[in-house]
Amino acid sequence: MITVENLNYSVNGTQILHDVSVDLPKGGMTALIGPNGAGKSTLLSHVSRLLPLQTGRVRVDDLEIGHCASSDLARKLAILPQQVHFVTRLSVRELIRFGRYPHCKGRLGPKDHARVDAAIEAFGLEALSDRFLDTLSGGQRHKAHVAMTYAQDTDYLLLDEPLNNLDIAASRALMALLRDLADTQNKTIVIVLHDINFAAHYADHLVVMKDGQINCTGRPEDLVTTALLRDVFGTAANVEMVCNKPYVLP
Amino acid sequence: MRINPLIIGTLVLLGCCVLFMTLNSGGHWEFILKFRGRKLAALLLVGMSVSTATLLFQTISRNHILTPSIMGFDALYVLILTMSVFVIGSAGFNQLPSQVVFTLNLVLLIAASLALFGTLLGQHRADLMRMVLTGIIFGILFRSLTAFVNRMIDPNEFATIQVRSYARFNYIDVSLLTISVVLCTIALIACWRMRRQLDVVALGYETAVNLGENVKRRQTQVLILVAVLVSVSTALVGPVAFLGLLVVSLARLVAPNQTHATLLPLCALIAGIILVGGQTILEHILGLATPLSVVVDFVGGLVFLALVLRKGWT
Repeated sequence: MITVENLNYSVNGTQILHDVSVDLPKGGMTALIGPNGAGKSTLLSHVSRLLPLQTGRVRVDDLEIGHCASSDLARKLAILPQQVHFVTRLSVRELIRFGRYPHCKGRLGPKDHARVDAAIEAFGLEALSDRFLDTLSGGQRHKAHVAMTYAQDTDYLLLDEPLNNLDIAASRALMALLRDLADTQNKTIVIVLHDINFAAHYADHLVVMKDGQINCTGRPEDLVTTALLRDVFGTAANVEMVCNKPYVLP
Repeated sequence: MRINPLIIGTLVLLGCCVLFMTLNSGGHWEFILKFRGRKLAALLLVGMSVSTATLLFQTISRNHILTPSIMGFDALYVLILTMSVFVIGSAGFNQLPSQVVFTLNLVLLIAASLALFGTLLGQHRADLMRMVLTGIIFGILFRSLTAFVNRMIDPNEFATIQVRSYARFNYIDVSLLTISVVLCTIALIACWRMRRQLDVVALGYETAVNLGENVKRRQTQVLILVAVLVSVSTALVGPVAFLGLLVVSLARLVAPNQTHATLLPLCALIAGIILVGGQTILEHILGLATPLSVVVDFVGGLVFLALVLRKGWT
């Protein structure tokens, strides 16, 4: 379980997070939703130790961020930041190999190579494995990144708006893959999403944020209502139930 | 099968060294070995330090156009040197053993570069344009301050500075050779030991943190190493502006992969070939018609322009 206690964060006098306390359950997929500027990515950046803690505590199982070695955390939790631009010219296989770095510090053994091969196979990247990243499409590159975190083989996987710049096919394929990781390999997925429909369809658990605070948490079918869209997102949209899942009509 | 550029590089460098030592030797082996041997050692040392410093700096700044000298590292060294002559006077300066002066300069350079470049690199989301511009402004600032101090001191003291602040491959300051060898060896071993970590840091802040690297601490370590290596090369031959850029760009072009395990030795080899081979050609074929630093900076400047025009600022 990821436990956040009394987290405050401010930049140049502007308070971004107001005393945030939340538990993200272990197992399944948790989606963070909320309007722009609600602090979703900031919260995720704190859990993934990309931003320094100002006040408050963040714990991932028995590891407390800021008080444990970053390399220990790297075997427990993997993060996929919003946009990664590589200066180094890397092939897909070379990138995925880096996923084993927390376990072997760059000296890959037979077990590590097996895991890299498994990641390439799981994501259907066999044909692309020797291609350079800068010759791939955005969707393919993204897949290679997720494959790297798969090779990292951590209990937790944190993704910050992974569907940006992906078309509908690539978005659905990625979400189905993450769903599969949660269902068959007992991974915990924490994901920041903009599209409420994607969040409601794929996630088990929603955390709704507004103005740097947690608005509510719970199951998608309980939370996503016309009232939530009006109060949190400030828009009068209709919500319909299709196959027992809520859908926001545009 | 692809031929390994490391093996070719080693063979070419060995050839250059043999030619450098034997061409027009005239048979006075005892003198030749001592005289040319020292010079050869200094050239190789400078090549290794400049190329490694540039590669490391490019890794932590995540940019293939920036080099320590473009960011004003060696200008800072010359400024520190000038200030120390200004403060203690050329008489006092020349009385001090050059090793003491060197060590003092080195410590000051490490402190100053951590203060200036450490904060600049610490902002991991800082945009590149700002880095480049800040570096260029630093460089101009350091050179202007140096020029300003030069105008205030008397001509004798100016002469002391002048000898030390221009690139010179023909008259290498060999009194610093021992301490340079020691420092350079330590720094290069440290770089080699962190080659895998450097590969991870080169992936960028977020990815490196994800893989468990302490990026800030690594940047500090690398800045210290860069300061040591720049001090060694600047103390031996003076500032060489574009050598590092030329060498590292060539190495990236011919390297079979971009890992530091490949790039570190390859850069050192190419730098050695350019310096030793270039110096041999200039001394024996062109009769010292032009200084090597001019040729290197001319070609390096062209490479810099080509890189900027081809890739934009990424």
